[in-house]
Amino acid sequence: MQPEGVTRIVVDDSRAGPVCGPAGARPGASCGPGMDLPPELPEHRPSGGERRARFITISDREIRPLYGPEDVAGLDAEEDLGLPGEYPYTRGVYPTMYRGRLWTMRQFAGFGTAEQSNARYKYLLNHGQTGLSVAFDFPTLLGLDSDNPRSEGEVGRLGVAVDTLADMELLFDGIPLDKVSTSMTINAPAAVVWAMYIAVAEKQGVPSEALTGTIQNDILKEYTAQKTFIFPPTPSMRLITDTFAFGAERVPQWNTISISGYHIREAGSTAVQELAFTLADGFEYVRAGKAAGLDVDAFAPRLSFFFNSHSDFFEEIAKYRAARRIWARGMKERYGAKDPRSWMLRFHTQTAGVSLTAQQPENNIARTAYQALAAVLGGTQSLHTNSMDEAMALPGEKAVKIALRTQQVLAEETGVTNTIDPLAGSYFVEHLTDQMEKEALAYFDRIEALGGVVPAIEKGFFQREIADAAYRYQRQVQSGELSVVGVNRFVEKDRARIELMKVSPEVEGRQLARLAEVKAKRDAGAVRDVLTEVRATARGRGNLMPVFLRAVKAYASLGEIVDVLREEFGTYREPAIF
Amino acid sequence: MELADKLLAGDRRALARAITLTENEDPAAAELAAAIYPQTGRARVVGVTGPPGAGKSTIVDGLTYLYRQSGQRVAVVAIDPTSPFSGGAILGDRIRMRRGTVDPGVFIRSLATRGHLGGLSWHTGSVIRLLDAAGFDAVIVETVGAGQSEIEIMRHAETTVVVLVPGLGDEVQAAKAGILEIADVLVVNKADLAGADRLAKELDMMLKLGQPPGAASGEAWVPPIVKTVATSDEGLADLMAATERHQRYLAESGRFETRRRRELTAEVRGLVRELAGQAACAWAETAGRWERAVTAVVARQSDPRTAAGGLVREFLERR
Amino acid sequence: MTQGKVRVLVAKPGLDSHDRGAKVIARAYRDAGMEVVYTGLHQSPEEIVEAAVQEDVDVVALSILSGAHLALVAKVVGLLRGRQVDDVLLLVGGIIPDEDVEPLKAAGAAGAFGPGSNLDEIVAFTLANIRRRGA
Repeated sequence: MQPEGVTRIVVDDSRAGPVCGPAGARPGASCGPGMDLPPELPEHRPSGGERRARFITISDREIRPLYGPEDVAGLDAEEDLGLPGEYPYTRGVYPTMYRGRLWTMRQFAGFGTAEQSNARYKYLLNHGQTGLSVAFDFPTLLGLDSDNPRSEGEVGRLGVAVDTLADMELLFDGIPLDKVSTSMTINAPAAVVWAMYIAVAEKQGVPSEALTGTIQNDILKEYTAQKTFIFPPTPSMRLITDTFAFGAERVPQWNTISISGYHIREAGSTAVQELAFTLADGFEYVRAGKAAGLDVDAFAPRLSFFFNSHSDFFEEIAKYRAARRIWARGMKERYGAKDPRSWMLRFHTQTAGVSLTAQQPENNIARTAYQALAAVLGGTQSLHTNSMDEAMALPGEKAVKIALRTQQVLAEETGVTNTIDPLAGSYFVEHLTDQMEKEALAYFDRIEALGGVVPAIEKGFFQREIADAAYRYQRQVQSGELSVVGVNRFVEKDRARIELMKVSPEVEGRQLARLAEVKAKRDAGAVRDVLTEVRATARGRGNLMPVFLRAVKAYASLGEIVDVLREEFGTYREPAIF
Repeated sequence: MELADKLLAGDRRALARAITLTENEDPAAAELAAAIYPQTGRARVVGVTGPPGAGKSTIVDGLTYLYRQSGQRVAVVAIDPTSPFSGGAILGDRIRMRRGTVDPGVFIRSLATRGHLGGLSWHTGSVIRLLDAAGFDAVIVETVGAGQSEIEIMRHAETTVVVLVPGLGDEVQAAKAGILEIADVLVVNKADLAGADRLAKELDMMLKLGQPPGAASGEAWVPPIVKTVATSDEGLADLMAATERHQRYLAESGRFETRRRRELTAEVRGLVRELAGQAACAWAETAGRWERAVTAVVARQSDPRTAAGGLVREFLERR
Repeated sequence: MTQGKVRVLVAKPGLDSHDRGAKVIARAYRDAGMEVVYTGLHQSPEEIVEAAVQEDVDVVALSILSGAHLALVAKVVGLLRGRQVDDVLLLVGGIIPDEDVEPLKAAGAAGAFGPGSNLDEIVAFTLANIRRRGA
């Protein structure tokens, strides 16, 4: 995922306040707490003097100097924490956590043509990666074929281009789909792309029951943050509940949705907003599934989550712990789920793309490592670590390898996997966990007062909250209240150059040629018939998945199928929110 | 004058630049306004107002599309508030107006209120005339309505459309702010939401309570209530028909001419006040009378009205 | 000009949907007293140039995070020239690698702002380089 770019700030040293020289050479310079150090180094400040007027997290949460027993006085260890693998899962969803099984190391990748991405997947699998994560290009995310005029210049650029089943066959060529789990970042047209994956597996002789993986399929956060929407909310929710129903019956090991806070955070939200809006979306999907007549325990165990791991270490850890507790309580108490698997919030984490800097890009390796540690201490089930060059371009092979190795060092060397939820009982972490839960519940009340998630989207509530937080953050970096090393602190005049990967412009030509060839070779009459069937099903109430499967097998293109749905469902336009 | 000629010939850049000059109160603007005036008075002007989030821009987008379908050229003036803190503004109405973006028969201009309190820009009337002179058959003026500010749009639009939605507490607000008195057509948008029927019923009741004499016989206009779901174009054809019916009513009842005469009278009167006032002030300053009058007022030797009256008298009798 | 305000069109060409940067810069321009026309996501170069003409803006600021900035800027510049619009300041922001800054300027962009750019500097650069008002 490419992070946003325009928004990071350079502040001139002279305006950024005192700056540490190398090794803190200037006496009295504000260079961290200092300790019992040799005389040439700064003394700790006398009591009362602090380096800053306010100590805040990147989410503008003020942090006190000390937390103690009174801050966890209300905490009931049994009710609020429980044991790992037990309700309310604050301490983790599995009893053995990383002692039983490490998290899945899953690097998001995809670019150019299906062949190029296929080669990258094989490279990653050969270097010890344990799951695939597919990035699609923008035309695919918006349900446009490569030969659509709007796709010009964007084909294969930020992800792989998929027009027809032929591309999907090449993408997974030589990769046994019964052996790897695949995560696909696709939302508005997710159901159709998932149908392509199932069809490819079928051709490999792998039954859909054996498939494992995830489709992101989370349209609500598209309206609020990521903005790759196509249809209005109502038909979009129907597509999602269709995948829930189809998955429960035919692809039982597949996560039919990955309810994502990642993009909400990347769009500029605070940690609490990420937590609250993501879980609000999650509960909305549960309501939608129940409203579509599904038994909550038939689909809820396949709901998965996707969070960001940003730079404020403890706030992130508290966020994951609070998320598990809120979800478990909500599912059990409010939505009547009986199966413990419905109560468990399992999540994937990606380190924060927006935190990466183009300045001194190697610093991103360190930044990402701390963020990865927070995710692991927070009990993530899988993790993507960003590559150091991702602020500027698609990651190169070397950068991707370092990012993967960062996870491996964490897993194999640091020992943080030896014990479960090691920060439990910390006055600070427990207090923060509690605070974040309370603040999230307060957001739920505000959302409810607006009539629920979809009305709140239409009123621009989430969008405005996120835009406000993003602008405040920007101003805090600008003023020096928040530090970004290499950007407003420890700035270097010369910018280091790193090798950037470029997608060659020929990719588009090759993709267009393949699409033309597929269109020429396929049975045009069969495509016409199956598209008519798609239309009829869209107009009615039947599950769309079976007809999508027939359509992709006839090599109807993604754009052709989505166009029919556009005509039947209409398209969504963003409200004007700043 | 070159700019006026280009504008009258349909040059879009000239039109756009003319609007900027007008907004900026450039000295050239007055000359321009005079040059194009004979070519104005042809476009029909429809105002669309209502609270934030009612879907006005989407309705304007839909109306624009329908006007184009019927072969008419459409201009849109979309007005958003200027920030009182910075003097800047974010004008976001184009986000929802996507169907006419590259159509040569459509022209959209976003204006900021620039400190004008009525929800319109200071120069809304002049901008409408420029668009009129440039040959647009219809000019749609979209403005955020909050409280009293809707009233102003009536001065510029022949037909005022007030857009309401269920769930914003509009029922109460409608009664308070007198929205019903300014509406020629009432729209209940987002009619697929719960509460839409109730809102329509309440509006209908309020209209019946305040019905003007002659409503029953069809002599007076009773605002129709149109239900729409603008995001999917539902009800927009009805809305268009209602505005056309209103325009026909104005023309056939002779009210169009009376109304136009009344507005132009008000405009000339307002300008007389403004110009005369400016002349009097300028004279008082250069003639050294200003300081003296103000000093007397400050010293409580004269009250402001008497002092001003004295200055005006002196100004009129000068020479 | 007595009440001339700087008018800016902030536009997102292409299919990339990341509007955080566009919205932040729009607010920064507004807070600097400018009138900002924001046209929303997924605009074609034709739509952007037509909006620039109708809105008679002094500045067109494109936010591009898709990597397609070279092609998109060339297209916008070509269309602006085709309409004889020669007094608009064209700026580009987004994920712009250092080595693309010069080619973008050669293509007709007056400024290119990559990740880490300072908001106040962008605003100052904009004000200092506006072609029409200063002249």
